[in-house]
Amino acid sequence: MTTPVPGRRLPGSASTAPRDTPPDVPALLLRGVVKRFGRLTAVDGLDLEVPQGVVLGLLGPNGAGKSTTMKMLTAQSLADEGEIRILGHAIPAESKWARARMGVVPQHDNLDEELTVEQNLRMFSFLYRVPRGRRREAIARAMRLAQLGDRGDTLVDDLSGGMRRRLLIVRALLHRPELVLMDEPTVGLDPQVRQDLWGVISALRDEGVTVLMSTHYIEEAERLSDEVALMARGSVVERGTPADLVAKYAGATVEEYTPGDEGADALEQRVREHGFTTRRTGVTVSVLRAEELPDSLRDRLGAPQRRASTLEDVFVTLTGESVE
Amino acid sequence: MSSQYHQAREDARPELHARPGRFEADAVMGVVAREWILYGQSWRATTFAAVVEPTLYLLCFGFGMGALIGTLAGFSYIDFLGTGIVAVSVMFQSMMPAVINTFIKRRFLHTYEGILAAPVDVRELVTGEALWLAMRSGVYGCVPLLVAIGFGLRPGPGMLLVPLIAFLAGFAFALFGIWISAVITSVRSMDYVFSGLFTPLFLVAGTFFPLTELPGWVQNAAMVNPLFHAVELIRGAVFGGLGAGAAVLHVGVLLGFIVLMWFLASFQMSRRVVS
Repeated sequence: MTTPVPGRRLPGSASTAPRDTPPDVPALLLRGVVKRFGRLTAVDGLDLEVPQGVVLGLLGPNGAGKSTTMKMLTAQSLADEGEIRILGHAIPAESKWARARMGVVPQHDNLDEELTVEQNLRMFSFLYRVPRGRRREAIARAMRLAQLGDRGDTLVDDLSGGMRRRLLIVRALLHRPELVLMDEPTVGLDPQVRQDLWGVISALRDEGVTVLMSTHYIEEAERLSDEVALMARGSVVERGTPADLVAKYAGATVEEYTPGDEGADALEQRVREHGFTTRRTGVTVSVLRAEELPDSLRDRLGAPQRRASTLEDVFVTLTGESVE
Repeated sequence: MSSQYHQAREDARPELHARPGRFEADAVMGVVAREWILYGQSWRATTFAAVVEPTLYLLCFGFGMGALIGTLAGFSYIDFLGTGIVAVSVMFQSMMPAVINTFIKRRFLHTYEGILAAPVDVRELVTGEALWLAMRSGVYGCVPLLVAIGFGLRPGPGMLLVPLIAFLAGFAFALFGIWISAVITSVRSMDYVFSGLFTPLFLVAGTFFPLTELPGWVQNAAMVNPLFHAVELIRGAVFGGLGAGAAVLHVGVLLGFIVLMWFLASFQMSRRVVS
């Protein structure tokens, strides 16, 4: 299991969870949500409840319905069936109220490139109705959090990819939302920049802000999320803490065997006959929960490579699809 | 003890100002404020175009054609043209950016995705965009008038109404342009808009020549051209002689056009940005 990323502390913060909404009301509630585009069902009976103060990673491959779900939460896509509530507000009827209390980090970078960092933030301070007397402070705080404190006058066009992403994230935090939606916040960024952004997201988690983060990066979901919901073909197939999911579906150890093309099928069949789950990556057969393999069986399989079980093993097992 | 994060949110409480389903001036002004900030970067280019274009029109048509024509419909040609160009300028200052910029912001820059994730709805977004363009037209619409004064148009108190007329016409054209931008599906479609819509609009409006010499059906068609009504109002304000009944009719047509376009633009934009 990977270690959590230490979050940057928001200035002057304590770790109490926000409680503008009664604590028993979930930050997010989706029941039987269906969204169709013509003959394609993008979201198919989605049930999801996110309590306040939880960081939930919505993990799934491309086309799993994550982005459609995110769009439905901001009422930019309307569900054909089902119920959606955000902080107690019914969507889409009370979407504007909900949007006033949440921040949204879009998948697409839609910063105004011809404007400066400060100007981009100022624009959204208007849209989020930050009171005039608090705008300057809100913008300064956002720039500090994004580590762009000395870049206020820099044109967005002159920022690096990582800086732009950080700006995009803190733009959604100007009004101190209770809930933050992040749609693939680190997609397309190099690993170093991604790690940098994790610090910003961790800071939110430390504040007790509810976060729903869609991602198709296993490591990201594992490091940042209190819980992970695995999504495939439009619905959640399993949910739990990363550790619990790994323990439940993949055990502690995975053994990888590379018997060659002809032997792989036979090896897989033999292992499965004993009730074990396997996954194939090319000619390599991975046996999950390998610590429970009887010695008599193991002796017949050959020499394995051993490694710790991961969330990716769980995902592939449950969905049959690979993720990054 | 509540953290600074939560305390600041208590102070901000944007949800107190956001009302579901209700049309809110704050949201509209948020969109306008955004455009104002953007304008801070582009005002030089915008002003350059607003000044140079009418000046060239007046120089070329006013002196070129004016020398041949002399007077037209009881006005010197340069006076006739100068007031017509005010209305044309308003149309170009509002409708062109409404079509092009709105399309680009929706389709390529994903700007509206960001705005609509904030507590702003589509009607407020459309209104804010159009309001900004109308305000800009109200100011820049006066530039051709000042240029025409430089070319000999006699100043008068009625000219003080021109910014208001320009604002009204600019609002109408901006909403018209936003609706079109939400109807078209590709940049290529803009060719149809510019050639098939813009050109007849500004040619059949009494801007460069009076409509009285055109066939009857064209004159009738001009009655539904908002630019014609803007031209009549501007000429009436600058030269006087427009009766109260005619003024009410022209203003009424523009207001009716605004209401119709507001509904069409809001409806069509909703279809585009909400799936």
